[in-house]
Amino acid sequence: MKEVLIAERPKSMYKVSTHYCPGCTHGIAHRLIAEVIDELGIQDRAVGVAPVGCSVLIYNYIDLDWYEAAHGRAPAVATACKRARPDLAVFTYQGDGDLASIGMAEIVHAANRGERISVIFINNAIYGMTGGQMAPTTLLSQRTSTTPYGRDPKASGYPIRVAEMLSTLAAPGYIARVSVVKPKYVIKAKEAIKKAFLTQIEDKGFSLVEILSTCPTNWGMSPVAATNWVEEQMIPVFPLKEFKVPE
Amino acid sequence: MGERVLMKGNEALAEAAIQAGCRYFFGYPITPQNEIPEYMSRRLPEVGGVYLQSESEVATINMLFGAAGAGVRVMTSSSSPGISLMSEGISYIAGAELPCVIMNVMRAGPGLGGILPGQADYFQATRGGGHGDYRLLILTPGTLQEAIDLVMKAFDLADLYRNPVMVLVDGFMGQMMEAVEFKVPEKLELPDKKEWAVGYRKERGRRAIVKTLSLEPDPLEEHNRRLQEKYRRIEKNEVRHESYMMDDDVELVMVAYGTTSRIVRSSLKALRAEGIKAGMVRPITAWPFPYEPFKKLPPSVKSVLAVEMSCGQMVEDIKLGVAERFPVHFYGRCGGNAPSVEEVVRAAKEILGC
Repeated sequence: MKEVLIAERPKSMYKVSTHYCPGCTHGIAHRLIAEVIDELGIQDRAVGVAPVGCSVLIYNYIDLDWYEAAHGRAPAVATACKRARPDLAVFTYQGDGDLASIGMAEIVHAANRGERISVIFINNAIYGMTGGQMAPTTLLSQRTSTTPYGRDPKASGYPIRVAEMLSTLAAPGYIARVSVVKPKYVIKAKEAIKKAFLTQIEDKGFSLVEILSTCPTNWGMSPVAATNWVEEQMIPVFPLKEFKVPE
Repeated sequence: MGERVLMKGNEALAEAAIQAGCRYFFGYPITPQNEIPEYMSRRLPEVGGVYLQSESEVATINMLFGAAGAGVRVMTSSSSPGISLMSEGISYIAGAELPCVIMNVMRAGPGLGGILPGQADYFQATRGGGHGDYRLLILTPGTLQEAIDLVMKAFDLADLYRNPVMVLVDGFMGQMMEAVEFKVPEKLELPDKKEWAVGYRKERGRRAIVKTLSLEPDPLEEHNRRLQEKYRRIEKNEVRHESYMMDDDVELVMVAYGTTSRIVRSSLKALRAEGIKAGMVRPITAWPFPYEPFKKLPPSVKSVLAVEMSCGQMVEDIKLGVAERFPVHFYGRCGGNAPSVEEVVRAAKEILGC
């Protein structure tokens, strides 16, 4: 039988192993971004802004020009890069602590200005790299190292729905929430990432894709249990949908 | 060009930046420097530039990180509490070796303090403010004309050393008006930013990463050593000062920068009129500080007097230069007050016992 190649490593990804924990979905998100960049043929003009947290070393895996921003400031860095060089395709890759806590001001205002940047927002409902503390997206009753009795809304508020909140603004062009925990979600996630980049390239405004992801290590679960937990616990709180699409 | 015009300090600073090729300005309003962003918002679109009012000083300085990392001439301006908010980002910019210009039109502190002029950010400017082993080049002009010339120089120095440069003035200078002239500075041979800035992957044939993280100790130590070598080069090449009335038989050496140096200049005339042999050393760079003129003070000197609109922050640098050869005194006002000529003359006479 003739050998048929049905999948290969994206051209813009290095042939290296990542440092992520077993069952972590950063690797899938990385790959989807790389595939989209390859398909759009923008490797030479794409510039990423790496966040703080586990994915700070994303530039070791995806072969592009990169910045590495201070905690939460990726949208400010991306804003200025894009304003200085409108010919570039500029995107940030940010976790929930980075984007929804310390960097909340930057993301809201970049979105509200309609900056022509794309934001990939990894929401795993916890702080990963610092060891499993509560995030703004932590679910009610979810136990973390700083909510040992479970997140109590009276003490710590409610999980912030970033995609919904930014959708209330006039300027964003594309806002969607997806997941990557099962193949059926992965296909939709890639479509959303592609739309986000196209929104920018076609000058239709700010774009953000929120990706519901896993953190088996800090959740204290097996990779399979973590995958199921996203489906059973996170998706009901953070529904998957396109909140805004370019007109 | 070549024409003398009457301009307000803040606007002169802004125009000088545009003349120097700055096309990107990010900033957040704070008194007493608001005429700078206001002027930029009007002028930059005229020259094909970008003005953006950010959501905070924290965002501002990270926008400088983004624009400088893309290889363009970029600037912000702020005042004391705003610079405090930027301090973290300044450390990142210095760590990533990005060129940019930061103007600090100082007001009186600490905390919110007041909106009147001050010079109490000397420590913050020269000793850091942000974390880690880094230095900023600090330019402290004494007149608006010098401010214009130094702003133009600041962009070249930033590009030459790939280092942030701060133009440190006080609120008086921002608000005063003087006749100024915009002279085209001589063109320096500057390194090509396409070698390291993002967005030139195709031209360069390899990618660029603008970053500060280095998890391994040895490469980070090496990076720090390299930064320190650069700072030694700056100390060797860029230290600037003015000696005024520093005759061989000078008995009292006054030290002041910015607006205070102008008050001291008037005080010196009054003292000389009374036959008192006093002169001034005026730092034009606060870092690198001009230690040499203090090391070379003649034996005729009896005392050194620092005059500042702070509680004496520059005194430590003067003492390092004087190395205990002469007593160092201090006279200053703060809180938004400025020393008067009469006060400085009185302080000088008390020190000399006349």
